[in-house]
Amino acid sequence: MRPLRSCVTQKKIIPAEVLESVHDNSAGGVVLFLGTVRNRNEGRAVIGLEYETYHEMAEKRLAEVEKEARARWRVKRITMIHREGRLRVGEVSVAVAVSSEHRAEAFEAARFAIDRIKTSAPIWKREVLKGGKKLWVDGVPIQR
Amino acid sequence: MTRFRILYFAQTRKAAGVRSEEITLDGTPTVSLVVEKAIELHPPLRKLRDGMRVAVNEEVVSDAEIVRDGDRVALIPPIVGG
Repeated sequence: MRPLRSCVTQKKIIPAEVLESVHDNSAGGVVLFLGTVRNRNEGRAVIGLEYETYHEMAEKRLAEVEKEARARWRVKRITMIHREGRLRVGEVSVAVAVSSEHRAEAFEAARFAIDRIKTSAPIWKREVLKGGKKLWVDGVPIQR
Repeated sequence: MTRFRILYFAQTRKAAGVRSEEITLDGTPTVSLVVEKAIELHPPLRKLRDGMRVAVNEEVVSDAEIVRDGDRVALIPPIVGG
């Protein structure tokens, strides 16, 4: 099996594989963040989310986020996976895993990476509501 | 003459009614001129202009940037990953 690398994918995210991908014998800490599809948003009953991406650019942005994180913290390994397509409630939509020598860098870099993905990766989503109606979720202007 | 491709996503895709299209403009157009052309072709794009940003060949650029032959010009509505 090919090792898991940061990517935007239609395939289900397996948290154990994401964790395994940042394994490093010199790391003393690993942080895993998972974003999941929740069943309510602003009072609406949500049954799923549809993610649309500018695939090539989103993957370039992930590589850029890794560079930025490495410039700030001494990260051993970092993997970021974002889903595209239709997801059901409870599914993992995004995963960020970071390994580092000590825990502080891993926590901080993981927090930075997920925040940066949200402001710089060209990804959009629509809520699929009970009854089948679809609603674009409000976003923020993309940052460089 | 400059020939390039405009890409639309999410709300800009819905407003334009297409995922992408080839456009030819005279001279060396700026990004803001290209956006104006897109709005002229697809008027529903106008109300999205404020939150829209433009990426040329997958890099976010300013409105003053020059668009060149073969470029991919993406009209990016507000993003909401995660």
